[in-house]
Amino acid sequence: MNIVVCVKQTPDTAATVTVEDGKISWGDAPLVLNPWDEFAVEEALRLKEAHGGEVTAISLGPEDAKEALKQSLAMGCENAILVSDPSFAGLDSLQVSKVLAAAIEKVGEVDLVFFGRSSVDTDTGITGSQVARRLGWPALSLVAVINSLDPESKRLEVERMLDETRQQVRASFPAAISVVKEINEPRYPSFMGIRKASKAEIPIWSAAELSLEGDLKSAVTWPEVWAPPKIETQCEFVEGETPEEIAAKLVDRLIEEKVV
Amino acid sequence: MDFGLTTEHEMVQKMVGDFARKEVAPIIKETDREQEMAPHILPKMGELGILGICIPERYGGQGMDYISLGLASEELEVIDTTLRVVMSVHNGLASMTLFQWGTEEQKKKYLVPLARGEKIGCGAFSEPGAGSDFANILMTGKRDGDEYILNGEKMWISLATKADFAVVTVRTKADVAKPSQGLTTFIVELDLPGITRGDIHGKLGVRAGSTGWISFQDVRVPLENRIGEEGEGFKVTMTAFDHGRYTVAAGATGLIRASLEASVAYAKEREAFGKPIAHHQLIQEKIARMARDYEIARLLYLKAGWMKNEGKRNTFETSMAKQFATDRSFHAASEAIQIHGAYGFSDEYDVERFMRNARGAMIYEGSNEIQSLIQADYALGYRKDKAVRCELPAYDSQAWQS
Repeated sequence: MNIVVCVKQTPDTAATVTVEDGKISWGDAPLVLNPWDEFAVEEALRLKEAHGGEVTAISLGPEDAKEALKQSLAMGCENAILVSDPSFAGLDSLQVSKVLAAAIEKVGEVDLVFFGRSSVDTDTGITGSQVARRLGWPALSLVAVINSLDPESKRLEVERMLDETRQQVRASFPAAISVVKEINEPRYPSFMGIRKASKAEIPIWSAAELSLEGDLKSAVTWPEVWAPPKIETQCEFVEGETPEEIAAKLVDRLIEEKVV
Repeated sequence: MDFGLTTEHEMVQKMVGDFARKEVAPIIKETDREQEMAPHILPKMGELGILGICIPERYGGQGMDYISLGLASEELEVIDTTLRVVMSVHNGLASMTLFQWGTEEQKKKYLVPLARGEKIGCGAFSEPGAGSDFANILMTGKRDGDEYILNGEKMWISLATKADFAVVTVRTKADVAKPSQGLTTFIVELDLPGITRGDIHGKLGVRAGSTGWISFQDVRVPLENRIGEEGEGFKVTMTAFDHGRYTVAAGATGLIRASLEASVAYAKEREAFGKPIAHHQLIQEKIARMARDYEIARLLYLKAGWMKNEGKRNTFETSMAKQFATDRSFHAASEAIQIHGAYGFSDEYDVERFMRNARGAMIYEGSNEIQSLIQADYALGYRKDKAVRCELPAYDSQAWQS
């Protein structure tokens, strides 16, 4: 099995988002491997461990994004590739999918590509499906379980997690899969993995190497960004002698406020 | 001179910190109240390799350096002191002492399972009547053929009820010129007949950990379990303290950081007199002091870690790091409570636990008064490092990772 997992370097989820001079700022929040992508890395590693092969982590981003790749290597990926070029900065997801699809094709003979369900910064959640479309592969999004996978017949069955149900889907691969957090419990990096990752020389693929020079134009732009108005909240304690009395008062207040 | 951490060190920090934040932070208030260590903690630390972090791979460890041990200790104590205590006693007092002084057979039999996290170790030194005055411990070991018979009680032993093995120092000779000359150290399996043990409850701090007593009644320990020569126990124990103290220093540094981070967050959020309290200068003074203390404590322990890596004796430096960090962590936690006002006085916030936890480290692993005496002796020239028969091996990445 030749598996690719697409990962992104994002701000820590504990970061506070603000708008400064019309631009989004995460302050000095630490940058981490996108938490959703940890599940994608874990599932890729589990499949490799079950069926053999290797896992290559690919990240599109600036030099900093190497940290996300190192985390993926420390968790157990065999290879890591940074896809980076000044012309890649600020691309919309449609163009990102073009770059990633080109990188996956350059890896060659890939069986499966994994994505997290979305990235915690831009949160579009569609890059995986867009990459699948560009490659002409089945898109298996929001996967919570891989029920079966047969490398011989190149067939797999997954369960997708939808709003109020689960959907079983069978597909052939190569395929692109985005995963939800219910799929597994991501492992911590091992010390041996940390040593390997810290010494790794991560290759960088530029637009020229992917034959994408002058070929990228975002359809979506962000002409203006502003912070949502602050929501003022007030806290009121409902008190009483007994739980029944408190509950009755609470119901009255909720009716009064037209909440129920 | 390079003050930067390597990528490897930064990744160790993140991995250990993530473990503590994900697995322990959500339950620490509950386990602290219950005075019980959560059962998953030690197995998980073992599985992740944290329990063998700075032991060579050939002895079952992870082959990282001593700075990694310090960084891991700091990250763990940011969440709770009880986690760092595991590093002090399992890694510091037990594993590193075996690594420094043990025979090849002892390392194979005891160090390998400890470093793999399959067995838990502790150091049993203090007694009901002797802590700082360690040379005058009373527990005895009497040679009987190829065995020693141990009798006595050890007290205030971290992981007493969790450990499988203990490094124990006892008196094997009474008629000696100096009491320190009559001591001998052993590695003891704690399921031997004659051993009873229990936890001590009602402690001020480190309540989510195990601190207890171990009683030895006619416990027969084979000769091959003696660590070092007969009469070498005082030296073995003092070097064990160098290792334990290093982790205490690093951990207390983490406690200063935890108090600082909690105080910064609260000071920006809480308003008084029409503005966030972070804008009030008397609060700023407290924050500045914590930030300064954190930086100093960190530099002190990292220097001691660097000396360990280089194979240099570091009793003086480790003593300074331990005393400074533990004194200042108590102060930082107390000031963090002050910044939090009445809320800091309740266990709704973490800072009251930080203060309770900080207090013990001013007493254990050599009280801070003893640290002052050590430092004065070095500064006055009354004490100089003498070579010991077995030095702690310097870090060698190639040899340790094969």
